[in-house]
Parts: sequence; C-alpha cells; structure tokens
Amino acid sequence: MANKVWVFVDQFKGEGHPASWEVVAAGRKLADEVGSGLTALVFGEGVEAVAQTAIHYGADEVLLADGAPLAEFRVEAYASQLAKLAQDDTPDVILFPTTTRARELAGMAAIDLNSGVLPDVIAMDLEGDTIVVTRPVYAGKLLAKSQCAAKPQLITLRARAFGKPEADESRSGEVKSVDVVVDEGTMATQVVDYATSDGQVSLTDASVIVSGGRGTSNRADLEPPADITDEKEQEIWRAQQGFLLIGELAEVLGAAVGASRAAVDAGYIPYTHQVGQTGKVVGPDLYIASGISGAIQHLAGMRTSKVIVAINKDPDAPIFKLARFGVVGDLYDIVPALTAAFKERLDK
Amino acid sequence: MDFQLNEEHLGAQEMVRDFVQKEIGPIIKEQDRKQEMADFILPRMGELGILGINLPVRYGGQGFDYITLGLVCEELEVMDSTLRVVMSVHMGLNSMAILQWGTEEQKQQFLVPQAKGEKVASFGLTEPGAGSDVAGMTSTARKDGDEYVLNGEKMWISLATKSDHALIVARTDNEVDPHEGLSAFIVELDRDGITTGDIHGKMGVRAGSTGWIAMQDVRVPEFNRLGEEGEGFKIAMSCLDNGRYTVGAGATGLIRASLEASINYANDRKAFGREIGKFQLVQQKIAYMVQWYEAARLLYLKAGWLKNQGKRNTKETSLAKWFATDMSFQAASEAIQVHGAYGYSDEYDVERYLRNSKGAVIYEGTSEVHQLMQAGYALGYREDGELRKELPAYDAEYWQAEA
Amino acid sequence: MKIVVAVKQVPDSAAKVSVENGEVSWGDAPLVINPWDEFAVEAALLLTEEHGGDVVAVSLGDEDSKEALKHALAMGCSEAILISDPSLQNADTQAVAHALAAAIQKVGDVDMAVFGKQAIDGDNAVTPVQVARVLGWPALTLTSKISELDADAKTLKVERSIEEGRQIVEGKLPAVMSVVKDFGEPRYPSFMGIRKASKAEIPVWSAADLGADVPAAVVSWPEMSNPQAREVSNEIIEGGSPEEIAATLADKIIEEGVV
Repeated sequence: MANKVWVFVDQFKGEGHPASWEVVAAGRKLADEVGSGLTALVFGEGVEAVAQTAIHYGADEVLLADGAPLAEFRVEAYASQLAKLAQDDTPDVILFPTTTRARELAGMAAIDLNSGVLPDVIAMDLEGDTIVVTRPVYAGKLLAKSQCAAKPQLITLRARAFGKPEADESRSGEVKSVDVVVDEGTMATQVVDYATSDGQVSLTDASVIVSGGRGTSNRADLEPPADITDEKEQEIWRAQQGFLLIGELAEVLGAAVGASRAAVDAGYIPYTHQVGQTGKVVGPDLYIASGISGAIQHLAGMRTSKVIVAINKDPDAPIFKLARFGVVGDLYDIVPALTAAFKERLDK
Repeated sequence: MDFQLNEEHLGAQEMVRDFVQKEIGPIIKEQDRKQEMADFILPRMGELGILGINLPVRYGGQGFDYITLGLVCEELEVMDSTLRVVMSVHMGLNSMAILQWGTEEQKQQFLVPQAKGEKVASFGLTEPGAGSDVAGMTSTARKDGDEYVLNGEKMWISLATKSDHALIVARTDNEVDPHEGLSAFIVELDRDGITTGDIHGKMGVRAGSTGWIAMQDVRVPEFNRLGEEGEGFKIAMSCLDNGRYTVGAGATGLIRASLEASINYANDRKAFGREIGKFQLVQQKIAYMVQWYEAARLLYLKAGWLKNQGKRNTKETSLAKWFATDMSFQAASEAIQVHGAYGYSDEYDVERYLRNSKGAVIYEGTSEVHQLMQAGYALGYREDGELRKELPAYDAEYWQAEA
Repeated sequence: MKIVVAVKQVPDSAAKVSVENGEVSWGDAPLVINPWDEFAVEAALLLTEEHGGDVVAVSLGDEDSKEALKHALAMGCSEAILISDPSLQNADTQAVAHALAAAIQKVGDVDMAVFGKQAIDGDNAVTPVQVARVLGWPALTLTSKISELDADAKTLKVERSIEEGRQIVEGKLPAVMSVVKDFGEPRYPSFMGIRKASKAEIPVWSAADLGADVPAAVVSWPEMSNPQAREVSNEIIEGGSPEEIAATLADKIIEEGVV
C-alpha cells in the first residue's frame, strides 16, 4: 500500500535546499503519528544523491523522477509530474518547503489535483485525518488556523519553524525510479541561463540589518597607519575598521549594513546607511545594533524589527531596553566571534 | 451645505500626498540644510500636472476646480513650504491672473506652456523699498512705439532664478493717482537687460528659491501688457486674492504637519513612566492644534467654494490667509515645545516648520494688513467694487473640454 | 497587446491589523490597492506603452474593491471589471483562480495576465501560478525584467528573481506573469486618470456571467487570532569569552527563526 504522507524535496543544481530536510524530518514525524511510511519526491536530472540524502533525513522510500525535461525547475513540468504520481498513489498529504519553487509547485499541483494549498505554515495539528495548520497572514500581524477539506492536502512549511533535522547516514530506504511524464514538446518555457544578483542588500529590503554607531571608533589601541596624523582622521580610520567587522558579519547573514546618525555625522560611513528618524525607517526580522547607544530618533527608525540584538560596552545604553538579546561588551570582540559562529552554523 | 469632498478632490489629494512623501520626503532635510531647491522639483511638478491643476484642459491644464488647488497646496506644505510657494507664484499670482485678465492670444502664448509646466511663472510686485505700500513702487515702464521699456528692481521674488515668465507690475504714468499709474506686464526672463539672483541667509523656506529681478532698459512688446494701461494695481490686488488663497491653504497644511508630528511624538516618547501624550498640558497643545487646523481648513475651503461659484472672495481669502498663517506659526512653536529639546534640533522636522511658517505671516499682506482689512470690512470702511474682468467661475464642462 | 492585470483591495500595509471578537479589524486604516499589484499595473502599462494595446484591470471582491480598480484606472488602465458574487464570499485561492481565469477568457484575446507577487492580506502567493494552470498558460512568476518580447511571434524572454539569483527564461504568449519591485516603481495616478476613474462605471460580473464552473472552496480558515505579544525579555547573554558569548547568541538568534 502506498504511503499516505509525502514530502517534496526542493533541489537546485543537484543540491537539496536545506529547508527540504526540515520538511523531510517534519514529514517523518507526521508519518509516525498517522502510522504511515514516508515517501519523498525527488525530481531533476542526475539527482540520485539527493534521493539518498532524503532517506538519511527520514524518508522510507523516494520516488525519483530523473530525466532531461526535469533538469531545470519549471513549475509546469514539475506540477505535471507530481500530479501524475499523486493521482496514481493518492497520498493524504504532501509537504513542501516554502521555497519559491516549491510554493509555486504546490499551488499549481492543487489545480491539477482539485485540492487546495496551505502555504507558509508554521505549525501543524492533526485532527482525525485532517491537518489543521497555523499560518501567519497580514505579514505576520495575525495567525490563521486553516485546513483543506480535499486530498491530498498540499502544505508548504516555513523554514526553521519545525526544528533542526538530523541526518542519519545509516538509514536505508528504497529509491524507486518513476517515469518522467513530461513531454518536452508540450512545454512553453525554456530556462536559458542564470545570473547572480549584485552583492549589496538595500536597507529597506533587507530582512537582516547589522548596524554600527559611534562605538565603532572606540578601540583606542588600534594603531592607524603612520600617514594618518590628523586626530579626526584617525578616529574615522578606527571606525572604518569597526565597520569592516560589521560588514563581514552582514555578508555572512546576507544582511544590509546600517548606521546611526552619530556615526554618519562623524563621517564614519555615508548617509545612505543611516537608520532612524532622519534616515531610513526599517523593520527587518533581525536588527543587530553594535556600538549604538539608542537615541530615541534611532529607535524610531528600527523599533518594529522583529528581533533586536544590542552589543554595547555601556550596560545602561537605552538600546538594551528594546533588545531581545543583549551583550555587554566590545563590538571589536563580539562581532568577529559572532561572524565565526554564524559561518559555522549557517554552513558558509 | 455640503462638506463632502468628491472623488476627484480625494484622488488629487492622495496623489500629491504620495508624490511628496515618496520623492520629497527623503531629500527635504538635506535641501533645507544646503539652502538649495532640488533641480528636479519644478520639472517633476510640471510633468505630473500639478503646475496646471486648476486650469482648463483647453489651456493645457488638468481641469480641476479651485478647491482642488487648495487641497494640493495643503498637501504640498505638509511636506515643505517651498513646494507650496511654487504654486503660490506660478499658479496663484501669475497663471490665474492670465486666466482672469488675459486675451485669448495671451492665454495661448503664455498660459498654455505654464499650465503644461513647460514654463514656470513668477510674480514681481515687491521692491526693495515697496512692500505693503504697493503704490510706492519705483519700477517704470515707458511706452516707446509699440513697445514698453522697463527699468527697476523687484525683490523677494520666489523662483526669480527658476522661472521663465514673470508678471511684473511697473509704473506707466507718474502724473495720475499712484494707484492708477501702474500696469502689469508678462515678461519673459530671457529678455535682454534682465538679471536675476538668489537671496541667501533666509530664516526659512531654505529649500526653495527666493531672489531678485533687475531690469535695465528691458524692451517688451505691447502684446505682453496684461489688461489695460493703468489697470496694474487692480490686477495686482486680484492676483493677491489667488495667491493668498494658496498661502492660506498651505499654512493649513503646515498646521497639520505640526499636529501630526506632535501626535506621533506624544505617543512615542515616554517621560515619568508613561507616554507624554498622557499629560494634560501636552493634550492641551494637541487640542489647540486640532482646533486651528479644522478652523483654518474650513476658512480656505469656503474661499475656494466662492471662487468656484465665481463670487468675489477678497474678504474671505484675507481671513483664511491671516488665520492660517498666524496659527501655523503658533502650531509649529507648540510642536517644538511638545518635542522638547529634540524639537529644538534638526533631528526632527518641527524646527523647520517654525522657520518656514514665519515668512507667510509677512508676505502677501502681513497679518497687520489683514487685520486692517477685516476691520475695514466690519466697520463699513471698505467695500470691494466690481472688476472689469472677474476670475471665471469653475464650470466643469468648460474646464474639462479639450477645446 | 491585450493585457489583463489582476488587482486586490487590501488594508493599508501600515494598518494595525488585529482580531476583535473573532473578526479581522484594521481600525480606521484605509483599504488600498494591494501594493504589489501597483507594480503589476505599472508593468502592464509599460508593456502596452512599448508594444501598443490596452490594459484591463480585474478584481474579485465586494463593492469596496471598486476602489482598487479605480486606482488602476487612474494609473492608466483603459477598462476595469469587478467580479463579485455571493458564492465567492469564502473563495479559496483555487476558486479565485478559476474565477479569474474565466474572466480572462471572457475578456478575450488576452496576450498576458499580469499579477503582483502576492496579496499582503492572505500572503498566499499562489494565485498567479494557479490561474496559469487553469488557463493552461506558462507562468512567468517573479519577473524583474522582460529582456525581449516579440508581440507578433508571441515569444518573450524574462528575468526571474529566485533565491539563487536571476533566472533567464524564454516563453510563449499568452502567458501569466507576476512581477517584483525591480520591474519599475509604480507611477502615480494622473490627474486626468483620476477624473476618468471618478466618472467610470465599472461593470460587475457575477459567477453566472463568467459562464464557468467555479469549484467550491476546499480551504477554510475558521479561526484567526492575534499572535502572542512578544515579550522583550532583555536577555543579557554572558559567557567566559567572546567566542562563548557569540556561540550562545548565534544559537538563540537561529532559534528565533530570523536568519
């Protein structure tokens, strides 16, 4: 009998998207709850290795559709493939990661399967054989409990909402090759190329911002080059060393670099980086303020940030009142250590 | 009685609000600090149709009514007074005068490009030695064949260095009563003998352009004379009926800006463990600002309504301008008080509001001039006679038709 | 080219949205055109400016949604149509997709249907692909740029924004496209457009007018709630060395799910 719980593994150029493994792990849990095996779907060309990884993360079997028409992700092709498999084996639920690709795939497959899609879910509760999901709506201002009355229930899971998956390389399972049902002749699109996006993240679009303030110039023992003799220029040089550290942390986090007005006015960094009443008003998921005391005008520009982290030498700095996490310490010590810690954890 | 704005009013208001927030908001502090008007503003206002908002479509305008002009001025000045000043001189003091007094040929030649924003217009009445005392002006226009020769200097002219056409009032006759010896001319500022310059060191409207126009033997064809010879004083006064309307509506916007900034700050800033908005003396300031805003708005909307009806509104416009500008100065001052020390710094906008508010209490009739006017009307010393040409009533069909 | 652009009326993004007595409330904040849909209207107008043609704005919703359509008209769309029917009251994305697809068919001879990235109320971001599927058209989603378009040969080449960068895709018309911000900042409504919109009579199409079977909703959302207020607990991270502090801090940040 075919398994009732399926998961879709999103891969790009033969690499499983990390969020996929969280979905496999979440699917494993759900399958155990309902007493079913877990089937993972892996589509692509030459992606057998991805199928093996899916088993390591908890799949009992993998349906592997491997062939040229699936080499590049095209939502139409993937949806046809997925719908065909689901029509044949009638799973109750298919879980997807909330990546751009998988979300669209789930949406399109819902049409083929006369079912419904529940995107970007942060929690699942089983009620009978129906899964009641929780999903943020209105940009997270509200939570909706939602469910789908038809089968299969197509659900995409938000990354990092379902815990960290553990791979077990000793696990084994069956990889079943299935026929590729996509006929290239009927496809209306061709992926012709990729281009990387340009490096700098803009402040207003950034989901993570690392900011620096006056504290960036507070490292007196930093010795400026001999040719910088002017005291003000020495201060600016020191601050720039601080912003280099901030920039490195930002790079690891894919973040934008911000600054307080004090830092901008002192000439440490251009105005385009200024956050606050007189700069940009931002509301990222994560705001790391380093060496920023937190004048009210700066707070006005970033207080809606979801998680605020403050790093400051002065334990009485007002920024700590707003911060979810605070570190009383020198940004010159903490920021590089944090960069290293994230590098390790985010696998970069 | 109908206090409801229509969809066109609301749409225009929203569009201008959107424009200033997106495009002017991010740069206004910097421009104010640099004491420079950003180059893109006038072409952009032209391109968006703001410079022709209430002129008939047949003359290149957008065909909206006079109330919309007021609403637009309010929205512009919520952002910065310098934007509203553009409308005061380009539209209120110049273009509307051509609409009112100009011949069809003059409208085609001058009004159409102004309405389209291809040409920017200004107004030259004030002189170094003649402000409120209009009849004391010394600029002259001497008739020479089918031309006039203009000499003199105009001072405190908004957009002096940015505009293409100026409506200049000069003395054509020294013999008669000073009020009857003035005439008005539409002068292209690229004519020989004209020099212009900016005045720096102003207390406010620093992100705008205020300057002077000097004329030395500037030859202007008779075609450029607006109205009859000797009609200059009447034309100038009718210009002020429109200019003051834009100033009053704009100052109402400045009251709103002070009010909104104060509300935001009072809800945000905490002292003694609670938001400062919880303190009654802060509440009192907010309450007064609400009162001033609502009253100022009713006054200008009434003046706009009278203009739409084609009714004389010198008295109502004067009252709207006097009240709104006085109260905008007071509101900005109170807003600074609400903001405390932060309000005193350029960290927040309210100190700019205060600096910007003071000018309008002085120009286009000082508050004292308006007090004399209002007393004059009340006591029966003053009465408005009929003009040879009145500002045309707003006729939607005529205004919106292509030709 | 004939382009249909789909727009939705939503509470302003700055609104304080909350649940009161089980109902979603946004206080006295205005309802506005979904901000992402403004980008879609802009994209559609840019396309017809370059290639000729008309843009028809379509919205599904109650009478209020006419405001979003009027905004689209004021920006320069030549026509607007409201789809409204009591049977669509609780429509899920699938039902909406079927209704929109039927409307696009009814408009007729449409070369492209343009959507915003997502609506900021439901945050589903699946309507464009679902409409495409119902129509059987390719879905060119998250398009940041059209690098080539041949209206006669009905081919185009677009750049899509995906997680890994930009993807360049060739496709055929008719197609469904959704656009991201990079496509171009939406224009303001023009004054002439505002007047036109204020005078426009917007036709209302019922489910029967669409002449298609709109399936009943299968997705329901019986309960909405306010997220628990985040307590800012001012947790001070301590440790013996910067490395130790950084390790604890990095773990805690990752736990919050914000990186």
